[in-house]
Amino acid sequence: MANMCPEKTPVAEQDPKVRARNFKEVCLGYTAEEAMNEAKRCLNCKTKPCVSGCPVGVRIPEFVAKVAEGEFEEAYKIITSTNGLPAICGRVCPQENQCEGKCVRGIKNEPVGIGRLERFCADYMMAKGGETVKKYESNGHKVAVVGSGPAGLTCAGDLAKLGYEVTIFEAFHTAGGVLMYGIPEFRLPKAIVQKEIDNLKAMGVNIMTNMVIGKVLSIDELLEDGYEAIFVGSGAGLPRFMGIEGETLVGVYSANEYLTRINLMKAYLEDYDTPIKKSKVVAVVGGGNVAMDAARSAMRLGAEKVYIVYRRSLDELPARKEEVHHAMEEGIEFLLLNNPVKVIGDENGNVTGIECIKMELGEPDESGRRSPVPVEGSNYVLDVDTVIMSIGTSPNPLIRSTTPGLETNKRGCLIVDENEATTKQGVYAGGDAVTGAATVILAMGAGKKAAAAIDKYISEK
Amino acid sequence: MYKIVTKRQLNEQVVLMEVEAPFVAKKAQAGQFIIFRVDEKGERIPLTIADYDREKGTVTIIFQTVGESTMKLAMLNEGDSILDFVGPLGVATHFEDGIKKVAVVGGGVGCAIAYPQAKALFNKGVEVDLIAGFRSKDIVILEDEMKKVSTNLYITTDDGTYGTKGFVTNVLKELIEKGNKYDAVVAIGPVPMMKFVCDVTKPYGIKTIVSLNPIMVDGTGMCGGCRVSVGGKVKYACVDGPDFDGFEVDFDELMRRNASYKEQEREHVCRLTGGVR
Repeated sequence: MANMCPEKTPVAEQDPKVRARNFKEVCLGYTAEEAMNEAKRCLNCKTKPCVSGCPVGVRIPEFVAKVAEGEFEEAYKIITSTNGLPAICGRVCPQENQCEGKCVRGIKNEPVGIGRLERFCADYMMAKGGETVKKYESNGHKVAVVGSGPAGLTCAGDLAKLGYEVTIFEAFHTAGGVLMYGIPEFRLPKAIVQKEIDNLKAMGVNIMTNMVIGKVLSIDELLEDGYEAIFVGSGAGLPRFMGIEGETLVGVYSANEYLTRINLMKAYLEDYDTPIKKSKVVAVVGGGNVAMDAARSAMRLGAEKVYIVYRRSLDELPARKEEVHHAMEEGIEFLLLNNPVKVIGDENGNVTGIECIKMELGEPDESGRRSPVPVEGSNYVLDVDTVIMSIGTSPNPLIRSTTPGLETNKRGCLIVDENEATTKQGVYAGGDAVTGAATVILAMGAGKKAAAAIDKYISEK
Repeated sequence: MYKIVTKRQLNEQVVLMEVEAPFVAKKAQAGQFIIFRVDEKGERIPLTIADYDREKGTVTIIFQTVGESTMKLAMLNEGDSILDFVGPLGVATHFEDGIKKVAVVGGGVGCAIAYPQAKALFNKGVEVDLIAGFRSKDIVILEDEMKKVSTNLYITTDDGTYGTKGFVTNVLKELIEKGNKYDAVVAIGPVPMMKFVCDVTKPYGIKTIVSLNPIMVDGTGMCGGCRVSVGGKVKYACVDGPDFDGFEVDFDELMRRNASYKEQEREHVCRLTGGVR
């Protein structure tokens, strides 16, 4: 008999007042009993809409049924047969728009907590010392993967399982891409990401850090070096700014820089060398997951007051619901329907404020969201000492500008077909380099698809 | 890990290191830079490439010990290794074909970067007047090397203890006024020096290229920390530079941005040296 409780089984979280000042993980995860209880909320319906909502096609009802039976290891194996990074997805996927968004239980009540269950299975296995990872026998073919973010890691993992000799080229000193430099520790502990990367290495994937492809080696040189196919998962690239006055003042960061200093360079720990501003009042401009991460990180670094400045309303906030909820609980103030027009500085060039204008919602725009229109004469100044711009990125030019034959669209994103093949033979791409800023799971989906296409391409050559 | 094969103290504060980095050495060009990280807790610091040897697979860096990271780096010796060393980053210096005569101006440790620029030009058959400025005689570096890659080498010291007394800008102005026709001027050194060089060349309309070294994290166009205003537009020194048209650069803004972490740096350095500096 299914558990017909209308709400998800609650999950333990750090108290908002406490966690707003530390970098430890917010959500503590289910106990075995809670997980089994939640898994029993699944009706095991015939249509399995949840599976169609998953970009990597996790066989959700099957793994949930195993959790309900207490067969956690079996559940884990079902997940990992299609998803190489369950501990990560369980934590950062926007489940409300994917699996859980399609769950039948969600029509009238809360959907099954699929994300929490996925995370539980992954954490359960990790606590047990992890799955024994085996090295697959080589099929003699070499493939290069550029970038070690979610797209690259997934592609590399799938190819390694098929016997390919995979080398990942990473520009930073640490593998993991956005999972390491972007998403904060309190949402995705770095030890978990490292564990997934270590598993890949144990499978025989070679990771070369400090290799900026497009500079130290070109895509053509990799092809000449005997790599039969290449997957480009180089990520999003250049941060966008608004183009308003004062954006080069001291105290204006891009969210990329702010988060990289904190997550990758560990500026929040005393004994690390990388500095970061000790801010008192912070305005984060934007409403996505990255904006939430930046705002919540600023709070944890000791800011007295943190604002989210977003030009649309609560309904249009693109961030995961849970992140918005957590941010509000932690005391972050949302200035919705507000848009910055100017950053103000003192005579030494330090930020002292941000001038905003109030907005109201007008007609729907091409994205279907009602577009914000400024309210004439409603300008006011918010006193802040730090501004973090989190309004998106444009693709990095390093690879496209050094690879003849690789075509991009007018936004600079690599053009791919339905199999993630670029316009250059043997070169595939996926993730933010193709889509512009998107989610971890979409990048993983692309990496997975590309791995299958690369396998087909090489075996039919 | 990247092994240090040669270490030479050029003056009390300036160190030369030749580092084993075959991939970087293979592609390095004058004007490009590397980013190093000394150890696990270290910061990522950009340094312009001073020289490279493609056959030996080494890259030479020359740096002044100004903060915690460069101090930590200077503590390493021949045979030790640097944890991370990534490059070559940035766009190589580009000169239009047909240039015949160039003045290269270096200030202090900036001479380490002026040197490869002069070398690249000189080897192409360009006439090079190299003006190298230092505070005092005891910190003059690379004199022999610079002599070899220039038509004329002019050394200035602020206190007159060596070469011409005064600033590089005095010599540059004099040379221009004497009728030397430069197709371009390259200025590399402290930000105020580059600014003053531009003030000298601007009235004559001589194209002036400066090499900027702003605060950076990734060096690949991801963080945007290195943004500089050039001709009223925001540019990223790591992917658009580090060379820019000096007449277009907002030097005052760059100086302010470079001082962002001055206070914190002071604390760090104190921790490292026990307050002694």
